[in-house]
Amino acid sequence: MTASGTDPAIEARGLTRCFGDLRAVDDLDLVVPRACIYGFLGPNGCGKSTTIRMLCGLLTPTSGSARVLGCQVPEEAERLRRKIGYMTQRFSLYEDLTVRENLAFLGSVYSLRGTGLEKRVDGQLERFALDDRADQVSGTMSGGQRQRLALAAATLHEPELLFLDEPTSAVDPESRRTFWEHLFEMVDQGTTILVSTHFMDEAERCHRLAILDQGRVVADGVPDTLMEELGATVVQIESDRSRTIRGAILKLSQVWHVAQLGNRLHVLVRPDLADPVGLIEARANGIDAAARVSIVPANLEDVFVMATEGAPETADAG
Amino acid sequence: MRDSLGRIAAVAGKELRHLRRDELSRAMILGIPLIMTLLFGYAINHDVRHLPAGVVDLAGTSASRLLIAEVQASRVVDVVERFDAVDALETAMARGRISVGIFVPADFERRLVHRDRPIAQLLIDGSDPVVQSAARSLQLLPLAQAQRSGPRFEMRVYYNPERRSPVFIVPGLTGVILNLTMVLFTAVAIVRERERGNMELLITTPVGALELMVGKILPYMAIGYVQAVIIMSLGVWLFDVPILGNPVDFAAGVGLFILATLSLGLVISTLATNQFQAFQMTFMSFLPQLLLSGFMFPFEGMPVPAQWLAELFPLTHFLRIVRGIVLREADLLLLWQDVWPLAAFFVVFLMAATIRFQKRLD
Repeated sequence: MTASGTDPAIEARGLTRCFGDLRAVDDLDLVVPRACIYGFLGPNGCGKSTTIRMLCGLLTPTSGSARVLGCQVPEEAERLRRKIGYMTQRFSLYEDLTVRENLAFLGSVYSLRGTGLEKRVDGQLERFALDDRADQVSGTMSGGQRQRLALAAATLHEPELLFLDEPTSAVDPESRRTFWEHLFEMVDQGTTILVSTHFMDEAERCHRLAILDQGRVVADGVPDTLMEELGATVVQIESDRSRTIRGAILKLSQVWHVAQLGNRLHVLVRPDLADPVGLIEARANGIDAAARVSIVPANLEDVFVMATEGAPETADAG
Repeated sequence: MRDSLGRIAAVAGKELRHLRRDELSRAMILGIPLIMTLLFGYAINHDVRHLPAGVVDLAGTSASRLLIAEVQASRVVDVVERFDAVDALETAMARGRISVGIFVPADFERRLVHRDRPIAQLLIDGSDPVVQSAARSLQLLPLAQAQRSGPRFEMRVYYNPERRSPVFIVPGLTGVILNLTMVLFTAVAIVRERERGNMELLITTPVGALELMVGKILPYMAIGYVQAVIIMSLGVWLFDVPILGNPVDFAAGVGLFILATLSLGLVISTLATNQFQAFQMTFMSFLPQLLLSGFMFPFEGMPVPAQWLAELFPLTHFLRIVRGIVLREADLLLLWQDVWPLAAFFVVFLMAATIRFQKRLD
């Protein structure tokens, strides 16, 4: 059944979905290679969930087409169902059933039977550290435990492709860390994972990334490459009067974006500027503020800002 | 095929687990038939007795007292008050203190002898037709009709000769209770999954629409039988309802009706967007059935368009089937005219639910 390993897990062309006047997903092209973690990064309402639902065959695209694991969606969605796992944004297992009952139910829906089913459920319980909670009703568990259960349920039938819709929005950092370890382990075994998130650190862990904004892909690629090829220079300013400096340098047309992190300012400036450090130091001296200015490597947030806000139109270049 | 049966069993098993955890549902399964059977069995009585009556006896002879004693002995009325004049009696009736007035004129003895004029007068509060027809039966008392002894029909009552209402009510009650609980349970069953977000997961699994529908119906079929047994057992023990027909026919009829009501519930659950709407739709479908099916009011008394409408309801047909089997020893073959509409209702509504239930979110 497994399609040849060379063609991509997901290939979408011009995928569009409208809800009334709203174009939730707008002419989206996407190629997700096999055995990697592909991230969707974007703010709420940018079309991440809608795209995932279309790729699962749950929503019919208004236009465009997608092939997922060699199946045309939504036409061949039924054939696709056995090969994919889907972890919904909202906890979608039965809160009045126990952990084991939930897994056993899903297992039998995927035609696992008898000892095969038992072994598989026990295996998942152990793998996701749920064995001591097996008989607890899932509605009484913590966010992290529920999330592990949801992942155990989504991977119970060993899907080739896993869709995770903001899987870690309701869990603590420790749970997030172990969650991602599980994901990397699955990728090692050949699973393809598409995960949506609005956390930068999470997006940075992905092998490839697409940044979505208002239903469009505004940037995509390997996170490191995206950061290296940022069309701006990143300057860091450390000062006790960073707030004042911020106000002063925002007036410069060469400065595109300033973010404050405690006493530090993270500044995006035009990439073609010969001496950005000198320019900013001069400005800081001009208002009598002592500052340490240096050029630093870009981070993913810079990529995100550049992709969603873009470089301002620079009429008065200089 | 084996996979499909396995998935149906998985859905059915899960549904039973929900029920096991949900105390309210469990209480409804047992409580509704118990309470409703006791209420309807004891409270509803078409055989009206002990109407409060007032007497104006202007004759005051031993014969007039005998007449009043005879009226009392019928137990249709209880004499609660005596008046000196008719207008006092009429006032009491207007106030609602009495439903029947008995007026014995001063020349009562003479009327008894002459026999060309009525011997006395019954004044009846006719605002409630049931009370009216009960009071009218007093006309037939021996002394009152002594003067008319012409040839009459000889009557032979075939079923329920004692005119006990529970005998008529209880079998029909199985239909009413099953109708309410079965529709409600299934109507809520799918809506709840949608409301709690389970549906988004469920539709990404290989479980098919029909498998899901059938899996959801199965546990409630069993519950429906439990309820039917509870109601009929209470009927037999408490109200001496005779079950004349074959239990196999009874079980088959009940099964068919349960399927029809469950499929109606499934359709509702594909229309409603939340549990509250599902409740509302259930009651909207329940009330006309309760009123028009012939459970509360005789079917023959309804205007023809109402009868046509009632023919569309599963409850109408089930009432005829269950009364036929339990009270008149009929079998399903004899009741075929009401069996096929139930079967057709089930097939049509199950298909409608399956088609309406899309494995999509849009």
